[in-house]
Amino acid sequence: MSPEPRRIAVFGGVYSNHLALAAAIEDATARGAEALYCLGDLGAFGPHPDRVFPLLVDQEVRVLRGNYDDSIARGLEDCQCGYTDPRDNHFARLSYRYTFRNTHERWRRWMARLPGEIRLDVDGARVLMCHGSPRRMNEFLWESATSTQFLTWLAREHEADIVLATHTGIPWQRSLPGGGLFANVGVLGRPANDGRTEVWYALLDFGDATEAPAVLEFVPVSYDHERLAGEMRAEELPEEFVETILTGWWTTCIEVLPARERALGRF
Amino acid sequence: MHGSAPPIEPRQDSARPRRIHSSQSSANDAGSAGAAPLVRLDHLDTLWFQVTGTICNLRCVHCFISCAPDNDSFGFLSLAEVEDWLRRSEKWGVKEYYFTGGEPFMHPDLAAMLERTLERGPASVLTNGTLLPARALKPIARTARAASYSLEMRVSLDGPSPETNDPIRGEGTFDRAMDGVRKLLAEGFLPIITATQVWEPERDEEVRQAFVARLRSLGYENPRLKILPSLRIGREAARIRPYTDEERVTEAMMEGYEENQLLCASSRVVTNRGIYACPILIEKPAARMGSTLEEASRPVRLDESACYTCWLHGAICSNYGGIGQDVS
Repeated sequence: MSPEPRRIAVFGGVYSNHLALAAAIEDATARGAEALYCLGDLGAFGPHPDRVFPLLVDQEVRVLRGNYDDSIARGLEDCQCGYTDPRDNHFARLSYRYTFRNTHERWRRWMARLPGEIRLDVDGARVLMCHGSPRRMNEFLWESATSTQFLTWLAREHEADIVLATHTGIPWQRSLPGGGLFANVGVLGRPANDGRTEVWYALLDFGDATEAPAVLEFVPVSYDHERLAGEMRAEELPEEFVETILTGWWTTCIEVLPARERALGRF
Repeated sequence: MHGSAPPIEPRQDSARPRRIHSSQSSANDAGSAGAAPLVRLDHLDTLWFQVTGTICNLRCVHCFISCAPDNDSFGFLSLAEVEDWLRRSEKWGVKEYYFTGGEPFMHPDLAAMLERTLERGPASVLTNGTLLPARALKPIARTARAASYSLEMRVSLDGPSPETNDPIRGEGTFDRAMDGVRKLLAEGFLPIITATQVWEPERDEEVRQAFVARLRSLGYENPRLKILPSLRIGREAARIRPYTDEERVTEAMMEGYEENQLLCASSRVVTNRGIYACPILIEKPAARMGSTLEEASRPVRLDESACYTCWLHGAICSNYGGIGQDVS
């Protein structure tokens, strides 16, 4: 059995952004990540969903199933993102139909076999990776709308010390009482609604076996976002999506944001 | 529009499903016979405070709990009581807190309550927006800016103009609520405008656009809007019609249904008369669950007619639930 990795890279939703995924894999490898993980939502939003899967397989990224993957794999009628606003749902539907149409049956079968969660044990620290939250694949855990006492309950209930999730698109982390940690690792698929074109992933460092808590760092990734925008336009994806890639500001699927996160964006 | 739409399969438990719309489900097919189903408290995500009871400065004609200036059937919660419930809620892992009434801004200690709450988690206040003097709002805005959690302000308005709103909420309430929205914006809040669907459903998009235009004229460039279904209880039963015998939730209707769409699967309401299953039902004696969170954590029976509306639309009272219509 190979020893547990001391440093891992954890990617959030890829949203078909194969260029950002390739850049993140290269960046994480250069930073000494010994194992790569992806927390699901491989398709959506971007162009050519099938370009993502070979990268994950070739680079041995360990992947779990997000709500998007679950929907595409099972042929559900929508992405299960949980939007309630009609405009958000309109764009979610456009994106879902495009992604569904352009995902090969072979990869749908592959996604159907992905696990719902991944667990690691590193020096007794129980790491739980999931998509939305440990209890619900499509739960949004926003920094300003999630109490620490809730995260503490969630970690205890699911027998974890370190919980890693994605789904919302904005990275954040919080230490929990008793040495635990929760982190939303952000996404590679689109910028974090911060006016920057980079996307984010997380590097988790377990340090030496003798050292105490693991340290999590968010890493920005530059990639050829203009090329991605060109591919999106060629595929006739909504110009609103392209604008997000080019400006770093979310234009769609924003009504689920809590007040604090909403106020930080442009729209 | 697109060539090959994916086939439709039934929902599974792995993720929260879409809302169920009335056009997709027929409760009547399921029949109305049999005992009402029980809903287990999955987890206490949300604790509501009925902070001003049933006391409100307005007397809206569609109010589902008949709140009014002279309805003191439920009274105020004190600051000490709220602090006590906040402490008790910790071990339950409560994710967020909601303040409702009545009109929460009638409470002299609202600012202090919100300050204590935001030390612990996110908070939302459901207000009619007509009582937001600077002396009440300024300290709350300061607390909100300093807090690491969101403080959501939800302002109820039932039409995008005085002509549509005031017959429901009272003479002059549209202008006063809009003034409240202006003050909230000036203090850096992004209020969620919450409207009850008192118009025909076919007019949703038209009304939505009228709201957006009116709010933009105040400088609210990207207004947040939530549309609630009307609940035919309280005064609304007399204004429109009460629920029919067939409009009930049955066991058959719960098959394949995600229970966590229902507020009572994840919430309880603290009032000065005990803990209730849901903020809609505090006037129903059967909805009183007990006087401690332990007692109140038992399952809720969906035997009230208003449960039907919640079943149909899902989590209607939370910030992100509501009526969303197909615009594609």
